Amino acid sequence: MSAFKEAGHLFRFAGLFVLAFLVFLVVRHYVVPKSFGQYGHYRGAAIGEMAARPVKFAGHETCEGCHTDILDAKKNGKHAHVNCEACHGALANHADDPSIKPVLPDTAVLCARCHTTSAAKPKGFPQVVPAEHSNGLPCETCHNPHSPAMSAGGAK
Amino acid sequence: MNLSRRHFLVLVPAAAVAWKSVLAGTPEESPNYKMSDHWWGMLIDIPKCIGCGNCVRACQTENDVPDGHFRTWVERYHVTDENMVNPQVISPDGGKEGFPVAEEDAGKYFFVPKLCNHCADSPCTQVCPVGATFTSPDGVVLVDQKYCLGCAYCVQACPYGCRYIHPEKHVADKCTLCYHRITKGLTTACCESCPTGARQLVDLKNPKDPIHEFLKTHSVQVLKPQMATGAKVYYNDLDGSVR
Repeated sequence: MSAFKEAGHLFRFAGLFVLAFLVFLVVRHYVVPKSFGQYGHYRGAAIGEMAARPVKFAGHETCEGCHTDILDAKKNGKHAHVNCEACHGALANHADDPSIKPVLPDTAVLCARCHTTSAAKPKGFPQVVPAEHSNGLPCETCHNPHSPAMSAGGAK
Repeated sequence: MNLSRRHFLVLVPAAAVAWKSVLAGTPEESPNYKMSDHWWGMLIDIPKCIGCGNCVRACQTENDVPDGHFRTWVERYHVTDENMVNPQVISPDGGKEGFPVAEEDAGKYFFVPKLCNHCADSPCTQVCPVGATFTSPDGVVLVDQKYCLGCAYCVQACPYGCRYIHPEKHVADKCTLCYHRITKGLTTACCESCPTGARQLVDLKNPKDPIHEFLKTHSVQVLKPQMATGAKVYYNDLDGSVR
């Protein structure tokens, strides 16, 4: 036992280490977020926070819930697979509160965005040179944007 | 109870660890969404892309992406006959307002929409020193912006250039695959607004997802496969000149 008697200072030193470790644990407990390590080396709660953000594009199923007439007009036309908000823009605010009226897009800009002739576009995609094609008239003079084939009496 | 100092010192750390796990509690889960049921990716059908820029604008609206930064963008490639290894690539303002009209010219043109590849073995998450970026259990690479220091290691590590430092928040920002939408059963803003169906959200864990049939029957490639990042953005009919 006498060997240990001489080594008291070592035990006190070891005690300091243990104390420091405890302080470390306590500090770590308060500093590290509770969900850290839940799924991996990151804050698990961050996933839920990101999922909780509100959406701005309502999604075409939401639109179709009310605008069934437009859905009928679209479903057999060339634009059947073009979603509502591709042209009308993000309208989740309108879906939540129908009193917010969206602004109708300007077809001269909107249609030309996709249908202006360019050698870069896929060959089968319908393309026109707007200035030659319509002579400055708005597209909806002849085409219904929801089903753009020429209606009866049209050229083709 | 006669507790010796030795026992006390052994018990306190054990109790601290136990208490910590009690406080962590059980994870909160939205009622209809189970992370373990999904493994998200995207399919980009190059021959369908017309370069209209709808996806870029929709992404900026949905996610408040600051001007001049992009979570997704579109590149236009022009590969001339005699110069197959050096394509001319343009992406004016990320393709947000479309592309200048291309005159009939030699060679070929095509559009390549780009976004975070949501790599299964992503280089960006591996370099984060603080655990602020990670691949979620459903396969989406996300940034915890409350934890990010803005050191930009991840921005340098991404081989696809898909990350940037947000000019106001001063933290890393990137495509979240519209995590707030896909967990609610919606598709991403870019896919929702793509008029030709060139972009499609895919769930690789869903056996009914048409992606499985598509991958079997088409020539599909990922970007920079030699880097073994486990990229999950699949490009149909991707030209060899794309980098």
